[in-house]
Amino acid sequence: MNYAASGTAAVAFESANERTVLALSNVTKTYEGTPPVHAIRGIDLDIRSGELVAIVGPSGSGKSTLLHVIGTLDRATSGTVEVAGYNVDDLSDKQLSSLRSRHIGFVFQQFFLLAGETALDNVADGMLYTGMALSERRILAEQALSQVGLSHRMNHEATKLSGGERQRVAIARALIGSPDIILADEPTGNLDSKSGEAVMRLIEDLNADGTTIVVITHDHEIASQFPRKVSLLDGKIVEDTRPVDDGHSS
Amino acid sequence: MNVTLEPSRLAPADMMRASLIGLRTRRLRSILSGLGIVIGIAAMVGVLGLSESSKSDLLAQLDQLGTNMLRIEAGTGIGIGSGELPEDSISMVARVAPVEQVASISNTEAKVYRNDLVPSGQTGGISVKAVDINLLATLQGEMGSGVFLDEAARDLPVAVLGSVAAERLGVADGTSGTVVWLGQEWFSVVGVMDTLDLSPDLDRAALVSYSAAEEFLDHDGVPSTIYVRSDPDDIDAVRSVLPATVNPESPDEVEVTRPSDALEAKEAADQAFTNLLLGLGAVALLVGGVGIANVMVISVLERRGEIGLRRALGATKGHISIQFLGESLILATLGGLGGVALGSAVTAAYAWSQGWDVLIPTVAVVGGLAAALIIGVIAGLYPAMRAARVSPTEALRTL
Repeated sequence: MNYAASGTAAVAFESANERTVLALSNVTKTYEGTPPVHAIRGIDLDIRSGELVAIVGPSGSGKSTLLHVIGTLDRATSGTVEVAGYNVDDLSDKQLSSLRSRHIGFVFQQFFLLAGETALDNVADGMLYTGMALSERRILAEQALSQVGLSHRMNHEATKLSGGERQRVAIARALIGSPDIILADEPTGNLDSKSGEAVMRLIEDLNADGTTIVVITHDHEIASQFPRKVSLLDGKIVEDTRPVDDGHSS
Repeated sequence: MNVTLEPSRLAPADMMRASLIGLRTRRLRSILSGLGIVIGIAAMVGVLGLSESSKSDLLAQLDQLGTNMLRIEAGTGIGIGSGELPEDSISMVARVAPVEQVASISNTEAKVYRNDLVPSGQTGGISVKAVDINLLATLQGEMGSGVFLDEAARDLPVAVLGSVAAERLGVADGTSGTVVWLGQEWFSVVGVMDTLDLSPDLDRAALVSYSAAEEFLDHDGVPSTIYVRSDPDDIDAVRSVLPATVNPESPDEVEVTRPSDALEAKEAADQAFTNLLLGLGAVALLVGGVGIANVMVISVLERRGEIGLRRALGATKGHISIQFLGESLILATLGGLGGVALGSAVTAAYAWSQGWDVLIPTVAVVGGLAAALIIGVIAGLYPAMRAARVSPTEALRTL
């Protein structure tokens, strides 16, 4: 069965800008309560294929909420979210799962690697919910591990690797299905500075090969190394340093 | 750009792999939680297996002994007779058409001792009975050693001992020419009988012929018990006419019993015990199920991070619930298989030690596994639903 995409929106979206992989228009997210918490307010953001973007902000600025909304793990309260050409509002929960399985890769601060499994199988799990056979996924996982420089560790138990290696396995897992966008939540947050730098270099290298990556961080120093920095404060974008040479301005 | 979206899919082999993760990474806990199911199923399979094996042994025993034997006794006690049957009762019974064999026993006052020096009070609980020489054939009994009373010896002071009586008198066998002090005479022991399952009272008796009893013990020869072998098809009809045949004047003073009924009653009592043990097995199974549910609930709480990751990788709520349900099912199934193996082993070992045929009923094996599966589903349902309801954003904030 194929889910019908948000047909008109997807086609219109595609014709307007073929390379846009993420577009947020006036997106808000409010958590019910007394008083209600307005985690993000009126966010407009579009990210195009091949970009490397840092979303930076202090604790409570709405970074994680934004990541969850972009990653379709949570729905916006209002506004439009389009990922890989699909209007998220038009998709059911099952369709969102499908969107995540094929179009979005995640990297988390805590790695979230499965204990008792090799690095290879952890990476192969990146495409677990696409229905692809394990043998085929392992072939792709080998390539992804080679891309992150961990070919020699593929048969090691993932959770017994060093912190830096574990995060590289997690990056390979996000990379395996060649998703339209990789979302990395504080990818260096649990690493020492040396391993953190190595992971940042890896992210830059992968981006240089054409992968679209959005990194969420609280660290302005890290964010300043990125070609584009989107600064959040109190749920709003206060700065977007999109390079001007591509025809867009902040 | 894409205009269609393939649904998330989890191949069956991957589903199995995902369900095994919890068991692989938390082995001791899994083993302990599965143990309840193992014990429950083993108890049920063992109880059913042992019951079946012992029943098969009993049926073989009944088959061998025959269920067509009746025992006639004079009623005893206040107002229900003298304890003796009429003198002509044997000939009356023998006239009933379907009756094939008749043999009688008469209790005597005599006592038996190993020799004449033993004090008279030390009877060893052994009675002396005058019997027809076809008694052994009627009872379908076997001799342990020596021979039974026969025509040649019917007028001589010879005796045959029951198995317990021989043991108590210290008589090893009936072929060594041992003599015992019986009544006030020396009697030669010519044989020792095997245990008689249908007449255990004869195991503790010394048997002499009617003629010998009359001559040496001054016994009047009135029968107290008559054994009747009848055509098996007419056993109920024979049973109903026997009281009036034996004592037409007072049929109420005659008791007719079927010794094989006692064995069947014993089996019925065993069945009640079996049901009790089955109930205990069911309780163990229930406790095992609760144990699995408990472990699964804890597992869901502990693995929120994994649940969040899987949702991020594209798992639907259904995939998450199937994973945890599968885990519970696998745990229960392994417990069920372990239980069937353990229960079968216990059954086989016990049946072997008792010399029974080993019978493990298919219904116990299939029923045991089915019960384990059902318990697994029930125990896993709530944790699975709980896992599916975990919000991915909340789950990813874990740690």
